[in-house]
Amino acid sequence: MSHAPILTIRNLSAVFQNENGGLRALDDVSFNVRPREFVCVLGPSGSGKTTLLRILAGLIPPTSGSFTFGRGRQPSIGMVFQQANLMPWRTVIENIKLPLEVNQMDEASARKKAIEMIELVGLQGFEDSLPRDLSGGMAQRVAIARALIHDPDLLLLDEPFASLDAMTRERMWTELSRIWQARQKTVIMVTHSINESLFLADRVLVLTQRPGKIKMDVAVDLPRPRKDDIRYTSNFGKLARKLRGAIE
Amino acid sequence: MLKRFFPILLSILTFLLGWDLLTRLSGIPNFILPSPLSVWSRFLRAMQDGSLLHHTAITLTEIVLGLIVGVLFATVLGYALAKSRALEKVLSPYLVASQAIPVIAIAPLLVIWLGDGILSKVVICALIVFFPVLVNTIVGVRSVPTALYDLMNSLHASRAQIFWKVEAPASLSVFLGGLRIGATLSVIGAIVGELVDAESGLGFLLQLGDFQYDTPMVFVAVFTLIALALMLYGAVRLLENKFLKWQN
Repeated sequence: MSHAPILTIRNLSAVFQNENGGLRALDDVSFNVRPREFVCVLGPSGSGKTTLLRILAGLIPPTSGSFTFGRGRQPSIGMVFQQANLMPWRTVIENIKLPLEVNQMDEASARKKAIEMIELVGLQGFEDSLPRDLSGGMAQRVAIARALIHDPDLLLLDEPFASLDAMTRERMWTELSRIWQARQKTVIMVTHSINESLFLADRVLVLTQRPGKIKMDVAVDLPRPRKDDIRYTSNFGKLARKLRGAIE
Repeated sequence: MLKRFFPILLSILTFLLGWDLLTRLSGIPNFILPSPLSVWSRFLRAMQDGSLLHHTAITLTEIVLGLIVGVLFATVLGYALAKSRALEKVLSPYLVASQAIPVIAIAPLLVIWLGDGILSKVVICALIVFFPVLVNTIVGVRSVPTALYDLMNSLHASRAQIFWKVEAPASLSVFLGGLRIGATLSVIGAIVGELVDAESGLGFLLQLGDFQYDTPMVFVAVFTLIALALMLYGAVRLLENKFLKWQN
C-alpha cells in the first residue's frame, strides 16, 4: 500500500457567512489518501466533518486551499448520506441504476449492473420494491449499492449508519467491510463512532471542535477481515482509548 | 365493480327520487322547478336536434384550450419563480393583485378587447386556471428535498437531468393537486365568458333557456357542465393514478 497518494488535500479551510462575520468550519486541513485506503474522519458534532466531505464531493467550494485527485481530473464520486436519500417514486433497482442513467449508459447494461449490485448488497427479491417498503438498514444498503454502481474513484460516506439502530448498525459494518474488500475502493467516511471507525478503517483522522483541524492521524493496523469479536482484543482497546483521549 | 359504485348509485337515485317527489307534491310550476322526467325529455330532444352536442363541443374546446394555455404559462412561470427569489420578489405583488380582481369583473373587458368569439373565453379560462397551478408549481418545486440535489450534484448531473429525474417527479404530486383545482375552475371560466356575450356554447344555451323560460333546458345545460367538470376532474385523477402509484 505504499503507493503515491491518489488524493492530496492541502490547507483546506471553509468559512460560512453568517451575521457575526463568518463561521469557520474547517481550518487548514491537509492530508493524503492512498489508493484503496479506507479513511475515517472522526470528530465531535460540529467539527466540520460533513463540510469536509461536501467539499470533496464538489457540493461546496472551499474558502481556501485545494484538493487534487491523482489522475488529474475531477474524480467520479459515490456518496452515501446520513439518510438513505432514495427517490421514493423509484423502485430499488431504479434507484440503484440512477448514476448509470446520469452517465447515459444504455438501459440493458445498466439493468445488468444493477442486478449485480443488488446481489452484492444482498437485496435479491426486493428489486421492484419501493423505498417506503424497506427497513432503514435495507434502504441504506440500496444507497450503498447506488454509490458503488458507477465504479466511482472515490466513495464518500457521511455517517451512513447514524440513523440505524445499534444491532442493524453493527451488521452493516460487517456488510460494508465485506463490500469494501470485494470492491477495493478509496473510501472517506465521516463518523462520530470510535468503534465504527476502528472496525472499518485503515486510518483514522481525528478532527478537533470547530473550526475542525486534524488533531491526530492514527493507522489502524488490525488484521482483516475483521470480525465482530475484534472489539474485545487488546489492540482494539488500546486504539479506542487513544482515539477517545483525542476527542474532546 | 358493482359493489364499488353501489353507494354512489344509491345516493343519485335517492336524489332523483327526492327531486321528483318535491315537484309532484309541492305544486311548484314546471318553468320554475322542472321535474326530472321533463329535464330528461328536454335532454333527449337537445341530443336529437344536435344542439346540445354542438354547444358542448364549443365549450369543451374553450376549456381545453384555456387549460392548456393557463397550465403552460403557470408551469413555466411557477418553475422560474420557485428557482429565483429575486424574480418572485419582483413579480409576486402583481400576481397577488391579479388574484384580488375577480375574473367576473374583468370578463366584460376581455370580451370587448378580444371579441365575443372563442378567444375571449379561452383567455378567461386560462386566467382562472393560472393561479392555482402557479402556486402549486412553486410549492411543488420548492418541496424537492435538498439532499436529492446533493445526490445529483455529486454525480455531476446536468440541469436537464436534475429537472427530469428529480424536480419533475418530486413535485408532480403537488402540481397535479393544482391541476385538479384548475381543471374544475376552467369550466367556470368558460361559462363566465359565455355568459358575458356569446353566440354559442353551454353558457349561451343557459342564457337562451333562461330568456325563453325553457327551464328544463337550463337544467340540461347545468347538468352537462357538471358532467364536464367531473370528466376533467376524473382525467386528472387518472393521471395521478398513473404517475403517483408510489404514493399509495
